[in-house]
Amino acid sequence: MLTKRIVPCLDVKDGRVVKGVQFVQLRDAGDPVELARFYDGQGADELVFLDISASHEGRKTMVEVVKAVASELAIPFTVGGGINALEDMKRILRAGADKVSLNTAAVNNPGLITEGANFFGSQCIVVAIDAKYDEELGSWRVYTHGGRTPTDLEVIAWAREAAERGAGEILLTSMDSDGEKKGFDIKLTKAVSEAVSIPVIASGGAGNADHFAEAFIDGKADAALAASIFHYKETSVAEVKSYIKEKGVLVR
Amino acid sequence: MIGIIDYGMGNLFSVSKALERLEVPYFLSENKAELLKADALILPGVGSFMDAMSILNSTGLADLVKEFADTGKPLLGICLGMQLLFESSEENGLTEGLQLLPGHVRRFPGATAEGETYKVPHMGWNRLEFLQDSPILKGLDEDYVYFVHSYFADTDDREVVISRSMYDVEVPAVVGRGNVFGMQFHPEKSSSLGMALLRNFTELVEERMSVK
Repeated sequence: MLTKRIVPCLDVKDGRVVKGVQFVQLRDAGDPVELARFYDGQGADELVFLDISASHEGRKTMVEVVKAVASELAIPFTVGGGINALEDMKRILRAGADKVSLNTAAVNNPGLITEGANFFGSQCIVVAIDAKYDEELGSWRVYTHGGRTPTDLEVIAWAREAAERGAGEILLTSMDSDGEKKGFDIKLTKAVSEAVSIPVIASGGAGNADHFAEAFIDGKADAALAASIFHYKETSVAEVKSYIKEKGVLVR
Repeated sequence: MIGIIDYGMGNLFSVSKALERLEVPYFLSENKAELLKADALILPGVGSFMDAMSILNSTGLADLVKEFADTGKPLLGICLGMQLLFESSEENGLTEGLQLLPGHVRRFPGATAEGETYKVPHMGWNRLEFLQDSPILKGLDEDYVYFVHSYFADTDDREVVISRSMYDVEVPAVVGRGNVFGMQFHPEKSSSLGMALLRNFTELVEERMSVK
């Protein structure tokens, strides 16, 4: 049986890890290599490494930072941000990343998911979805460009399409919950997890260990991601794991 | 020295870095003569079986791997590299493999015999169960390792399966026969047990060298 994964996320801007509260305010939370080493030692199951400014500024993810982080890690990690073509994926995967995450680029060109999956295998292709509840739509709407641009896509339908096109995993961020620390968006997570047959990483809203238990037990997530609560040492990966284990969640 | 086969399909960087952490000398190459001189070879692999075999065949590296295996020197396939060691795969249409190990690579059914669906790829940390005594497992305890794959090696030959994990079906996780080994998971991404398994492989190489 697979264990549930705890995934610290390193949002990186200009080579430094930052975490946006609802994607706007940024605080400097440290050096990506230092943090990678720290989380590896703490028992993190995986890391996500997102260049959050990439879509906005059209900036490519810095391969050198990826290489430096990869040298420190004996656990897998995903890199997202600024990946717009097959060449970008090759560059990142060759630099030592295990998976690449596509967000805006996948919405603009869904064929890119298939192209990547055909070349590298689905397991290397993560589709990241930024989701915000929309009253008019009666469901969640997909946003791109780091949460700044609403699209015409509905989240569940897009998640299904991404999976059909060859995505190996969905990284699902609730924009409503992100930065609030009031827990993951369980309704959203469960809806997406039940709609697709690929793993779903819940993201946005982690405030304490119990929130992780909810994401796994009620939200049916396969992995749960958090940044600031780990970066600012409000809790640790080890604490979260020991807590959710008591709740009956299988962890490493 | 350990040669890592560079055929454009591997996560060469992380395998290389893992060997550096173990302080084991290695080289990356696509040159057959160079690779044949190595004390051991690692066949990495990320991607699809059909693409990988087509590159290995067109470059002549498929024959090189077989020739190397015949010399008795240790060979380790990782992830897709392990699957390539088997007879064939059904990924993207039936493709013939390197035929060094008995068995066929098949996709996870995605639903149990009872009709309950589960997620494919098999992605994440799963527990290794040790089934056989093998030098590759020497001194190690069962623990979790990191898998990412949608296809698994289906074999009737019990002796080939050194260690397994369960994910609906039995997933051969460490396989081997003689000097040919494979790991379905990523040892270079599997924390302490993964590094220990790689260490054991490199020690097989060293032991063989000292006997010579």
